[in-house]
Amino acid sequence: MFSKLSVSLALVGAMFLSVPTNAQDHDHHEDSHVVEAHETHDHAATEEGHDVKAQIKETIEHHLSDSYDFTITEGVSFPLPVILFDEGLKVFSSSKFHHGESVAEVDGNYYVLHHSKVYKTDASGHLTMDEHHHPTNAMPLDFSITKNVFMILVMAIFMFFLFKGAAKAYQSGQTPKKAGRFLEPLIIYVRDEIAIPNIGEKHYKKYMSYLLTVFFFIWFMNLAGMTPLGINVTGNITITFSLALITFLITQVSGNKHYWMHIFWMPGVPVVLKPVMAIIELIGLFVKPFSLMIRLYANMLAGHVVLMSIIGLIFVFGSWLISPAFFGLTLVLSLLELLVAALQAYIFTMLTALYFGSAVEEHDHH
Amino acid sequence: MEIPEIVGAGLIVIGAGLGIGRIGGSAMEAIARQPEATAKIQTAMLIAAALIEGIGFAALFAK
Repeated sequence: MFSKLSVSLALVGAMFLSVPTNAQDHDHHEDSHVVEAHETHDHAATEEGHDVKAQIKETIEHHLSDSYDFTITEGVSFPLPVILFDEGLKVFSSSKFHHGESVAEVDGNYYVLHHSKVYKTDASGHLTMDEHHHPTNAMPLDFSITKNVFMILVMAIFMFFLFKGAAKAYQSGQTPKKAGRFLEPLIIYVRDEIAIPNIGEKHYKKYMSYLLTVFFFIWFMNLAGMTPLGINVTGNITITFSLALITFLITQVSGNKHYWMHIFWMPGVPVVLKPVMAIIELIGLFVKPFSLMIRLYANMLAGHVVLMSIIGLIFVFGSWLISPAFFGLTLVLSLLELLVAALQAYIFTMLTALYFGSAVEEHDHH
Repeated sequence: MEIPEIVGAGLIVIGAGLGIGRIGGSAMEAIARQPEATAKIQTAMLIAAALIEGIGFAALFAK
């Protein structure tokens, strides 16, 4: 019991470590819908309040991107620590940024927050822009505890206690009590329907901890994204990238001779075609985790954007008659999103198990 | 978004919709033939639908 939990914790901790180092990108990968907001944002700043659509776009973008403070509602928020590595470790509270309005001065260096990224600047907070309105200032290495990292930590602690309770529930015999009762069907489902059919009876136990971690992490994170707190963890491409990267690494490390043979020197194919097949298989090797990343990211992000856009439509039309229809539509779509939350977790876990299975497969050849 | 982008997005949605529709249709026929295999067919249908949706979303977001 202890080793399974510790491995799961280590994997979640590895994800936590990989996210801040990619924190520079955490605002970059949004769809074109929101990239447009970047351009109209500057126009809307001049005609504040007049353009409802630009305001809606800006609100959606703010809701979906990472931030350095945790906003619960309008005005109720708490700042999160900013940890930078710029000629030495600098730790300070993000309240120094005042939500991006003022320049933070730490140990003689000045930092400013622009569109959820920290740039190094001078005392006046000057940012030199290039032609795409992106600042060209230097960016320090950012290891901050942002909203996403904070939510991953909260979820890791929650999952730890949940599964610890489930494991303890088996002390008094085979029938579990408390948390075990809720989790046992799910865990057995992951074992009997996802792990064993894909990986096989001999090797599935090694991978169960990772499969369970990924399944429950993605599911709980997707559910947390359905709350109005503006938590968008799985809709962030760096986080899904980290998950796909760990899957990729585990697949390659556990690949046996048959696996590599099938990629580079496929048996049963004429010798002339083998190099061609090797190139195609090599591309496939990278495309599979890439598609894992994109699938989860796009499903979650699209769901959130559509939901918030429909709520925004209420403000665009502003009529008493149509608003209940939009409200009902939002309700139905939220139910669909709940289904998608569980489904995406299941799909990710199933495909991961499939890739593990193909790596450790040792069938007799034709 | 200019016209070619909108047309492209529409084509992507048509493609994904047709694909998932066909899968749903054959899944329903299979369930009608053999109701006791419903769970397995549903599982396979959901997996195939998620894969096609993945391509659809990837194309939509990469345009």
